[in-house]
Order: sequence, then C-alpha cells, then structure tokens
Amino acid sequence: MKKFLSIAVAACLTVGALAGCGSSSSSGSSSDSNAASGDNVIKVGVFEPQTGENGGGGLQEVYGIRYANQMYPTVTVGGTEYTIQLVEVDNKSDKTEAVTAAQKLVAEGVVGVLGSYGSGVSIAAGDIFADAGIPAIGCSCTNPQVTFGNDWYFRTCFIDPFQGTVMANYAIQNGYQTAAVITQLGDDYSSGLGSYFKTAFESLGGTLVADEQFQTNQSDFKAILTNIKAASPDFIFAPSSITTAPLIIKQAREMGITAVLAAGDTWENATIIENAGADAEGIVFSTFFDEAAPANDEAASFITGFKEYLTSIGEPDIIPAVSALGYDAYITLLQAIKDADSVDPAAIRDALVNVEAEGVTGTIKFDENGDADKSLAFVKTVKDGQITFLTTTSLEG
Amino acid sequence: MSLTTLIQHCLTGISLGGAYALIAIGYTMVYGILRLINFAHGDIFMMAGYFMIFAMASFPWYIAIPITLICTVALGVIIEKVAYKPLRTAPRMSIMISAIGVSYLLQNLATYLFTALPKGYPEIPVLKKIYQFGGVSASLVTFITPIVTILLVIILMQLINHTKMGMAMRAVSKDYDTAQIMGIKINNIISYTFAIGSLLAGIGSILYFTDRMTVYPYSGSLPGLKCFVAAVLGGIGSIPGAVVGGFILGIGETVLTALGYSTFSDAFTFLVLIIMLLFRPTGIFGEKATDKV
Amino acid sequence: MKNTQTVAPNKKRSMVLSLIAVIVIAAILFYLDKNSAKHNYAISIIERSLIYAVVAVAMNLLTGFTGLFSLGQAGFMAIGAYTVAIFTIPVEIRPNVYYMNGISDAVANLQLPFPAALILGGLFAALLAALIGIPVLRLKSDYLAIATLGISEIIRALIAAPQMDRITNGSYGLKSIPGFSSIFTPAIISAICIGIMVLLINSSYGRAFKAIRENDIAAEAMGINLFKHKEMAFIISSFFTGIAGGLLAVFMRSIDAKTFQVTLTYNILLMVVIGGIGSVTGSVIGAFLVNCGQEWLRFFDEPLVIAGVQIPLFRTGFRMVIFSILLMVVVLFYRRGIMGNNEFSWDGLGRLIKGLPGRFTRKKAAKKTGGEN
Repeated sequence: MKKFLSIAVAACLTVGALAGCGSSSSSGSSSDSNAASGDNVIKVGVFEPQTGENGGGGLQEVYGIRYANQMYPTVTVGGTEYTIQLVEVDNKSDKTEAVTAAQKLVAEGVVGVLGSYGSGVSIAAGDIFADAGIPAIGCSCTNPQVTFGNDWYFRTCFIDPFQGTVMANYAIQNGYQTAAVITQLGDDYSSGLGSYFKTAFESLGGTLVADEQFQTNQSDFKAILTNIKAASPDFIFAPSSITTAPLIIKQAREMGITAVLAAGDTWENATIIENAGADAEGIVFSTFFDEAAPANDEAASFITGFKEYLTSIGEPDIIPAVSALGYDAYITLLQAIKDADSVDPAAIRDALVNVEAEGVTGTIKFDENGDADKSLAFVKTVKDGQITFLTTTSLEG
Repeated sequence: MSLTTLIQHCLTGISLGGAYALIAIGYTMVYGILRLINFAHGDIFMMAGYFMIFAMASFPWYIAIPITLICTVALGVIIEKVAYKPLRTAPRMSIMISAIGVSYLLQNLATYLFTALPKGYPEIPVLKKIYQFGGVSASLVTFITPIVTILLVIILMQLINHTKMGMAMRAVSKDYDTAQIMGIKINNIISYTFAIGSLLAGIGSILYFTDRMTVYPYSGSLPGLKCFVAAVLGGIGSIPGAVVGGFILGIGETVLTALGYSTFSDAFTFLVLIIMLLFRPTGIFGEKATDKV
Repeated sequence: MKNTQTVAPNKKRSMVLSLIAVIVIAAILFYLDKNSAKHNYAISIIERSLIYAVVAVAMNLLTGFTGLFSLGQAGFMAIGAYTVAIFTIPVEIRPNVYYMNGISDAVANLQLPFPAALILGGLFAALLAALIGIPVLRLKSDYLAIATLGISEIIRALIAAPQMDRITNGSYGLKSIPGFSSIFTPAIISAICIGIMVLLINSSYGRAFKAIRENDIAAEAMGINLFKHKEMAFIISSFFTGIAGGLLAVFMRSIDAKTFQVTLTYNILLMVVIGGIGSVTGSVIGAFLVNCGQEWLRFFDEPLVIAGVQIPLFRTGFRMVIFSILLMVVVLFYRRGIMGNNEFSWDGLGRLIKGLPGRFTRKKAAKKTGGEN
C-alpha cells in the first residue's frame, strides 16, 4: 500500500516538475516569437535581489526602474510603437540563484537587462548575458570586475577604485591623518572598497592604524570597535551593507568612539537613519546623486515625481541614490534602443557603446570598459536626521 | 593594550557571554529532555526581537516586555506541538530534520512578513542609560545582562531541583518510558520545558538586541549556532554547564578579536567544539552517559 | 528484495523499458542541446538539478545507507569548487581574476584539463574527509552532525581569510571559470557518479553500510570493521560531494565563499528528505523537484491580480514560505518522503498503473484499518 502511494506521489510530482520545466521553457520560446512577430511588446529584464542580504537595496533600485517604466512606458522603433514590459526576477542576493534567474530572463526573450544591486550576483550573471548576447546595464554594482572583460555589461555608476580614492581624498583634505578600516569577510564589495581606500589613504600620506574584519551575519561589533577605540583613529571607513551599517554606527557611538564614520554608496539610505537614529548624525559617505542640486531638467522632474511615487507606495520620501541609478539605467537603455532603431539585442549593445543619455545623475556615456564616465562623486553627511550634501569631490582636484 | 581597552574588552566579553548563556540554557533544557537539537531556538530568539518591536510600537516598555515574553513562549510551545510532538516516536534524525525545517520556515516567514531590511530595535530608556568611567563607556544593559543571567540560572536551578515539576522534568530526561509509566504527563512536561526555554530566549533577545539594536531575519542564525556550541561545551543537559559554556565562548571570541584575529572568530567557536567533542564528549559539566556519544 | 521473486520475462521487460527510457532522455537532452538558445533556462535548471542530484545521493549514502548524519556537505563542495576553479581558469586571464592581491606563484601557471581538475577536487575533499574522519566518526548522530557542520564552517572561514587571498582570492571570489560546453557534460558525469554509488550500495560494502545503519553493535559482532566502513562511506561520500562542488563551480562560472554557507547543506538535506532517506532514486527525484519547484513557484513572488483585485498574500518572499511549509508537511506527514527506502522499478510502476482503478474503492477500506498512520 505504502509503496504504491509513494510511487504514485513520486510519479505525479516528477511529471509535475517536468511539466513545470517544460512549460516555462515553452513560454520563453513563445515570447521570443511574440517579440519577433511584432506584438508591439518588448521585454526588459530587471535582475535585482528582492530578498536575501541585499533585498532591501535591490528593492529600492527596482522602485526607480518601475517608476521610469511608468514615465516612459513606450518606445518607437522603426515607426512602430512598442510597449516596454518589465520582467522582474529575484536573484535573492545569491550567486547560485543568480545563474538561473539570469537564464530565466534570457529565456523570456528580454532585449536588455537592468541590474543588479550587489556586484557578486552581477559578475555571476555577466557571462550568461554575454553568451546569450543580451546587453546588461548595472545600476549600482561598483566592483570593477563586473564590466571588465565583459563587452555586454555596462553600468551607470562609478566604480570602487574611484570611490575608495574619493573617500581617502576627503579624509586627507579634512585633516584626518589616521584611519581605521572595517570590512566584511567574504564580501567583495566591502573588502574591495576597503582595500582601495587603504591604498589611496596611505599613498596620500595617511596612516592606517587598524584593519578589522567581521563575518557575514555578525551582529556584535563591540570587540572590533574596542580595538579600534584603542587605536584612536580620526576616521573610520566601514563599507558595509545596510543591514550591518546601523549596527556598526550605534555600537561605535555607544562605546564612545567619536571619530568620523564613513563608507561608500550603500550608506545613503533612509533605513540607516531610521535605525541608527541620532547616532547617524555626522556619518559621511560618497554617493552618486544629490537631490538638492538637480543636474538637469530630467533630474528636477524626477525628484518631484519620484517623491510622489515613493509616498504612494508607502515608503519614506527620501530618494535613495540607487533608485536614481535604476531610473538612469532604464533611460539609457531606452535611448540605446532609439539610437539603434532596432529591438535586436546586438544592435542595442552596439548603440550602448556610443550612447549619450540625459539621466538624473548627469549625462551618461560609457568608456571602453563599459563604465559610466563619472569623475564626480557627492560626499554627503547626516545632519538633523536628514541626508545633507557636504561637498563634491572629483579626482582631478 | 591599555587598561581601559582591557576593561572595555572584558565588559564586551562578559555581556556577550551572558546573552549566549541565556540562549544556551534553552538548548540544553530541550536537549536534556527530548534529546533534540532545537535548531529553531535561534530563530525563536529572532522572532522575539520582532515581537518586541511591534509591542513597543503601541505600548510603553513595562507592558511591552511581558507581551513579548508571552508571545515568544506561545511561539515556542506551538512549534513543539506542531513540529516535534507528532514525531515523538520517529527516529532522531527525523526530529532533527523537522527542527531544521522549522528554522528555515521562521527565517523565510520573517523575510516575507518584515522584509529583509533590518528593523531598528526600540530603546528601553532605563536599560540604555550610558555610563562613563574614564575611557570606558557602556550602557546599563551591558552590566545587567550577566547579572540577569546568573539570577535566572539560580531561579531555574531551584525550580528544577526543588519543585514537583522540576522533579518530573528530571525524571523525563533520565528515562522517558519509565517516567510515563510513573504517571508523569510527558507532553505537559515537554511543553513546560519549551515554555521555559522560549522564555529565556525571549529575555535573552531583549538583552541582546537592546545592546545591539537591529533585528533582521537572519540575526538569530549565527548566535543560535554558537549557543548550541556553548551548550555542548558546558555539557549538554547541564544548566550551569550552558552558562559556563556561554561565557567561555563570548569571552573567547572577544579575546580573539582583541588580539586581531577577528577573521577566525567563527572558526574558533567550531574548533573548540570539535576539540571538546574529541577529548571530553560529555562537556565540562556533562554527566557520564555512554549512550550519548 | 522483491526482485528475486520476479520471473525472468519481467526482468527482460524491465531492461527493455530502461533502455527505452535512457534513449528517450538522451533524445530530450539532444533536442535541448540542439536548441540551446531557446531552452537555456530549462537547460540550466536541469544542469543544476543534476549537480544537486549527485550531492543528494552522496549525502544519502552517508545518512540513509550508513546512518551517519553529516552536515558538512557545503564545506566539501567548497573544496571541490575551489580546486576546479583554481585549476581551470585560463592562465592568461588570471591576473584579472586576482585583481586585488595578485596570484601566488604556486598556482599562477598551473592549469589542468577540466576532468583532471574535477577528479583532483574530489580527491582533495576525500583526503580531508579521511583526515577528519579519524577523530570525528567516533561521534554519533547529533554530535557528528554538529561537528561536521562546524568543519564546513571552518573550511569556509579559511577560504575567505585574507591570508589565503593569493590562492583562493579571499573575499573577492573566483570568476571566469569556463562553463559547460553542452548539457551532456554534466549529465554524463552525474550519471557516472550516481552509477558508481549505486554499484557500491549494491555491493557487499553497501550491505555492510546498511548493517551499520540498522545496528552497529550487531554489525560489529558479525565481523564488520565499524571504523573502516564508516571511514570508507565518509571518504566516498565526500569525494562525490567534492566532484559535485566542482561541477557547481563550472555551472555558476563564478564562486565565492558565501555560496557555501550552511543554507546550502540544508537545501541538500531538503532534497534527500523529500526524496526519501535511503533511496537513491528518491534523492534524484528530490533534487529535481526542489530545483524545479524553486523555479516554478516563482509566480508566488509576483503580485497576483484576480478580477482586478490584488491578492494581498502574493509578494516577494512568499515563495520561500510556501517552500518551507512544504518541507514541514513532508517531514511531518510523509516522513518516508516520496520513495521511502524503495528504489524505482518498472514493476512497481506497472503495478501502480494497474492498481489505479481499484485505488479509490480500496482507499476507504484502507482508511478504516490504517487510520492510525
């Protein structure tokens, strides 16, 4: 009896599983034919983490893309108007998931991909997009390895070596002579940015007094911070995810560390202020975008429009930089489709090489690696519970 | 290393150790009775953090704390009734898998309900008062954690050694079947055990998160694993052992970090475990029982 | 042991049917491979399922057949994955991969063909297993589980440690690992691996493993060398886990230490449990179900609108909740998993199909008598 039952269950589930695989692949092929037969819909993949370690940041990037899609839902190619349909997949901040999530986008027949938040998953998916011949535009993945050696990956943000140098410059220019670095073990963003900062800071004549690592999912930083307190640096550089940032900030202040706490782009996030409260006062970070100084008309209308959008979905109306970059990635892809005057992914890629799009973070052009030509970073701080613009830094300076 | 730094490190280690100890007691009690590693214990601890956030949103702290504790206890007992009770006669491996399943479910449920974004833990003003002694600064909770831990252990020991329920618990942990024959209501005793374990996880959660201030769906997983190690280290089934184990791990980890080996603090925990299992598998305070290892 | 009772014609029929099944599967794979551009999503799911099937069977060899509950899979996979990655990344692009700290001279110019690297990965995993097996296998059930879990975490911490930067690239992970050229590579390799394990299970060693699982004292009394056999099962299982890790690296084409967390082990455990502890076919089915399931349950994560009303439950994260509930249901109500400890057989399937019409009438009777279950 039991054997029959178990085999029956096995058979049903196997058939179900295979049917599931089969149907998903067939839906992929049907959408291919849709796009080809001119159903007036083109699909754009949104490759973002919505759960997992970077789920929060990924979601904010998705908001920017969704809003951009709401603003510019159509594109005209060769005289026909196409509706752009976003295909969102969740890569769960996990590389194994990222591979199949990327394959799903390829199977869906997308003409281009936007994302992802987090460089690791972008690197994992990069080869897949390149093999499939689909151009991808990263929004906030700052690791140099994303685009390096990959002709199909572009990005709208600056990269970590630049960002690390910017923060080192900022530290030195403001008279901070000693620094400590805290990085997350096993995380390429955190370790990479920390390492670039170290190199730049030391080459500019600063002294590194402490270098500490913490583990993924660690929530107690007191031991590390005690070491740092003993070394009494002027400046603490702690690039980290928004999950760990409030922990580091609050515990540092509670232990009476008064040094400036600084990090990279991930720290520009309302969640950090919300969670760290008064302790977030005075933190410093570099970022891509400043809503107080709109670079162009596009930016001005984005700022008002997106704030309304954020309010309508029940989020605080502070524009995260990653949302702006998500918006820009979409605009850039749209511009490339227009320039190529084609819905063929290869043609769109060729158009991306020479694209010039007016985005909210400025004009977007790509260099030979596919990185946005950005020589300007905004350094911001938190004052009275608000993210406040501090200074701009460019490497020429 | 200056004296201030040393004192600061000591404070950190002791407060971390205290929190670990509270969670480890939960593991040890459940293991002592059911011979089950309650993998979900760390996640109950995490859920208690979320309960506190929601309770504090509408009530002052002195009402919010009891609400949190009641919810946590309820969660622990429900988990036992739903996920462990039906498997009482099943092989041990099945129960362990069920425990891993519950842990997986709680983490995913928390991600679904509260998103992956960290949530700020509300401040309990009394506990958060910061004291400064020269260069050393710490909030009241840092000092309170070890004291509360010791107090609770004393109460717990009284409960186990000098009440009827405690006697029943000891009987069940010694011999399951005989205890049943003697008229002990096994299911009730197990429920009580889970209630006490969850209560301690709840208290531990309040102390731990008040000190560390953010909760996210995975914040229970690492402390959970480490506290299990602490329980094994002290001799699983032994409450004083769990406390000692918790302090050893908390302090050991802090010392390692203080010496600049923060990279290996997790590896250290597990290395201690393996060495311990090899040379004294019953742990520091464990009773000699041949059937265990 | 029902097979011994079946008469010869049945055996012949089974072989014919198996042959047909193999040909059909090969044809499907061939079709997918030919049209890989169109079906790469399905291909990637099948590849991933195959790789996990190898680990699941390897875990089952330990857990289901020898009765050793080990949770160290992620660590052994990491060893295999890193070995394959380090030895197969083309030499000329290595400076790009080790962009941060440079590459150690010891491995800078070492390149091996993929099969050699894969086997080497398996061997490294097996070697480590042999070393740690000596002390750890003295432990039983929960303690063994926790000790192996700890070892897996230690391996992960070592790989990510800055001291290992110039070999494993520490926190930055390895990328540009050459991928599979066709779906046949992982399919054939996993078929071979699973085949070898099946042969082993059916050999006299396999019977010794099962004897240890059922009662180790009795087994020892029968003259089975407990330690030797446990160690052997552990080494072989780790070898294939390492191989599967290597395959995973090639499948993912970029790896880092974060991939090999405890969650990975739990996922594999999930496959073994759903399939049935003690059944090789069960583990394979489990691997396919979990991997396919994770994909086609994706619609749970998307907002669902029925008749203009958005169903509030459906949003990001719901899929994983459904998934964990499914796991709990299997553990609680179908403890034996799909296959229990049975293996797939054509006779079983035949009987099942024949028995189907009668099932509904019999079910009522079964409920009355078997209500206790």
